[in-house]
Amino acid sequence: MVDLRPLDLNVNGEDESVSVRTSDTLLSVLRDQLHLTGAKRGCNQGVCGTCTVLVDGEPVRGCLTLAVECEGGDIQTIEGLGENGELSPVQMAFINTGAIQCGFCSSGMILTLTAFLKENPGASKDDIREGISGNLCRCTGYAKIVEAALNVMEAK
Amino acid sequence: MEYFKPTTVDEAVRLLADNEDARCLAGGATLVAMMNAELVQPTALISLKNIKDLEGIAAGDDGSISIGAMTKHKTVVGFDGFKDGQEIVGIAARHIGHPPIRSMGTIGGSVANADPAADYPTALIAADAVIETFSSNGERSIPARDFFMDFMETALEPGEMVRSVSLPAGPADAVAVYDKIARVDGDFATVSVALVLTMDGGKCGSLRMVIGGCGSTPIRSEEAENKLVGSDLNDGAVAEAASIVVDACDPLDDVRASAGYRLKVLPRLIKRTIDTARQDWEVKNG
Repeated sequence: MVDLRPLDLNVNGEDESVSVRTSDTLLSVLRDQLHLTGAKRGCNQGVCGTCTVLVDGEPVRGCLTLAVECEGGDIQTIEGLGENGELSPVQMAFINTGAIQCGFCSSGMILTLTAFLKENPGASKDDIREGISGNLCRCTGYAKIVEAALNVMEAK
Repeated sequence: MEYFKPTTVDEAVRLLADNEDARCLAGGATLVAMMNAELVQPTALISLKNIKDLEGIAAGDDGSISIGAMTKHKTVVGFDGFKDGQEIVGIAARHIGHPPIRSMGTIGGSVANADPAADYPTALIAADAVIETFSSNGERSIPARDFFMDFMETALEPGEMVRSVSLPAGPADAVAVYDKIARVDGDFATVSVALVLTMDGGKCGSLRMVIGGCGSTPIRSEEAENKLVGSDLNDGAVAEAASIVVDACDPLDDVRASAGYRLKVLPRLIKRTIDTARQDWEVKNG
């Protein structure tokens, strides 16, 4: 018997009603029930950072966060980052600097940097590297990702 | 799997006592990872998220500091009230994982998980910390050095939870140094050393030195510390103390390194940590 419970989540400003098991992670609910597949399932152990989403503005591991713990929280995924049909400044900077190769890490990188740059508007290059140290890019495209972050700050 | 979200510690320990094989869920950084890997399958989860009493850091009039179990690593990193060697706890917190992990993981979760290669257990013993626990039988104050009993095994009884971590006032003007060797930044320690030290007229006045990643619990050797206290920390004394520490360690071969590698680098890491502490002392008190 699968023990499901109803759960109300707020994702990208929309109220969503889902049925979950206690053990369902936020990542699995976002991907498998809400079909928001921007957050990727990489290691499922909290190491790689590809599942990073924002809960109340803080970057969290979608794979280490149980969905039941997110009730009442403001969940933001890559799908909801742009406003009025426009991509966010961090998304635009990734495009403009070519900070994308296979794209698997991009969603997690962009959400991590969105929160990081908001909290550290005067970050140095080293600060940025530290900020994204929890997100792996196996294409090793880090130089352009850091460049993208610097461009976001310069544009402000 | 049941899910409970109590708002008081009394309610939490009652649920813990009533549900065999229930687990407290703090930040999730280790428990959910273990559930994903099917290493643990609790019958119930007791979320501590809504228990406001478990959050935050409070400084006492006597120089002690109390850190609530649900306090996130990020908050400990940002706390500026540590002094006289208590800084070791903030420095260790800064070494845990990466920024998103530090905004999820909690000190209570790390302590209760009791991984001997984690950063907090080693640092808390060096800080002479006390783990404050709570159950339906009441409160207990367990020194950190007695709390970690074996690999991922603690002194917690069934139905008992970690409520807070207390740091006593440190020795006046003590310096704290934490150093670890890890495969990559943010990993668990291959080998780590946590040190709280004071000097007194060119000689070591007091010292607490704890080793991580080299046994089933963090290792502290008072015999080695006694060799160093009162000495001028010359190379010979440090080498002798390090050799005693190596004898007290019993590391495993694992994915991070072989036991032999750990024992080989440990004396060098000890020397480096002590040298750094002496320099820091000069800068701070010289």
